[in-house]
Amino acid sequence: MIDWDAVRADFPILSREMNGYPLAYLDSAATSQKPRAVLDAIIEFYTTTNANVHRGAYALADEATQAYEAARSTVARFVGAQTDEIVFTRGATSAFNTVAYGWALRNLREDDRILLTIMEHHANIVPWQLISDLTGCDIEFVGLTPDGRLDMEDFYHLLDDDVKLVGASMASNVLGTINPIEEIAEAAHGVGALVIADGAQAVPHTRVNVYETGVDWLCFSGHKMLGPTGIGALWGRPELLESMEPAEGGGEMITDVRLDGATWAAVPHKFEAGTPPFAQAVGLGAAVEYLEAIGMDNIEARERELTEYALKQMANVDGLTVHGPPTAEKRVGAISFTLADIHPHDLATILDQRGVAIRAGHHCARPLARSLDVPATARASLYLYNRESDIDALIEALADAKELFSVA
Amino acid sequence: MSLEEMYRAVILDHYRSPRNREPVERPDATAEGSNPLCGDEVTIAVQLDGDTLSAISVQGQGCSISQASASMMSQAVLGKTEKEIAEMTETFKKMMGVIETEEVVVDEDRPGATLGDLEALQGVRKFPVRIKCADLAWTTLEEALGQ
Repeated sequence: MIDWDAVRADFPILSREMNGYPLAYLDSAATSQKPRAVLDAIIEFYTTTNANVHRGAYALADEATQAYEAARSTVARFVGAQTDEIVFTRGATSAFNTVAYGWALRNLREDDRILLTIMEHHANIVPWQLISDLTGCDIEFVGLTPDGRLDMEDFYHLLDDDVKLVGASMASNVLGTINPIEEIAEAAHGVGALVIADGAQAVPHTRVNVYETGVDWLCFSGHKMLGPTGIGALWGRPELLESMEPAEGGGEMITDVRLDGATWAAVPHKFEAGTPPFAQAVGLGAAVEYLEAIGMDNIEARERELTEYALKQMANVDGLTVHGPPTAEKRVGAISFTLADIHPHDLATILDQRGVAIRAGHHCARPLARSLDVPATARASLYLYNRESDIDALIEALADAKELFSVA
Repeated sequence: MSLEEMYRAVILDHYRSPRNREPVERPDATAEGSNPLCGDEVTIAVQLDGDTLSAISVQGQGCSISQASASMMSQAVLGKTEKEIAEMTETFKKMMGVIETEEVVVDEDRPGATLGDLEALQGVRKFPVRIKCADLAWTTLEEALGQ
């Protein structure tokens, strides 16, 4: 049995008050809070081990390099990959761009097609639009079913031999929907397409094994899984990483530079131009160890419990519409909603007065907002440190909002 | 200033029943404004008779503050000269703290004396992230009249 109150106590920021109320932090899909263990690991690194990695011939630099590479092994183990298959990036966004410029730009041409889902985050849309401009390839989007799941019929309808790349989120940051990534990958491979998955909302919350997903690349960010900002990871099949060109050039990613050209360092270093975010990588390594100590199965079960509780309480609020699956099945704890005619920004301000922090807006997924026919939604998103009382505070604050707006 | 005061009845009234939504025929100038971070949108079309604003239409979508501000503004500027509108815009932006000033813009003892209904938006100052919502319509109108 996990003592979830003790887990919560590991997160110093959660003891803050906001506007005279205990902070009910319900915006973990935007960024997660950090446990003391991660903060300590970063301070410890800067206090005892800081030196630039893969350069210095002195002992301290070697220790820093070892810490950086140990973090890579930890992250690799966490997603069931080999160490050399993990490229450290600035975040999920730069992981997508690494594939866009390192693979897609050089392999896609006119008449080729990229198939995305309408629920993708802008990070898994805009890089492909840039590639489309450069190569002339087309982009199409798979739609949704009325209950906020991916329309697999539409997917199969759109999937044909022209599709060379399929991009899909494992879990939607807006709807919370968990997509059938294994089925998507298998079908895509059936027509000769490669698959890039957005794991930003899945890796922090569920047990992910890259080989079981069947995808070819997986992108995720560190700051959404208890790690610091400025670090993320790209996992890729080794033969693909081998064949890809670097998207960025600079120091540290070469074996030799001559006046007429250069040769690349081995994978994964050829994708890590410049001084990498090594202290952040160490922080991410500590975050992964923290998650592993609790156990991803335990975290998944706890979040399902919280999501069920939240959905049940929200269903009792008259005038509230949940945009996304109405049950906790095949779903993560990102819950988007609207309340009567109260604009989500007004909701966010009113909720803040009770210490309840939620996100309001289009959540970097405007095509999805348009397809739901809402200009914006409010989103409450849960993580392992939330408790039922955070959700109760949300429900009470929603009643305040209804009173202010004279909504029955 | 409490939240209740910020969302006082007048703001809700303008949010739910926005004024001057009817399109202006043959507008002399139009401008679109948006806050990309939050998605508030306002489109303003105006007709001028000499230097007097003889018709205005406001369209858009967004939070209560952005839409109510646009609605109240449309009422306040209708029939005013461009010079008067420029002065009013400056006064509004001073009230909201968008333009820094030592001046006390709103007279607490005579509510409504300076800017009428628009003074209801003064409470938004206490919520800094929302000031740009209130300011959007005014900046958009400035752009339209600057053409």
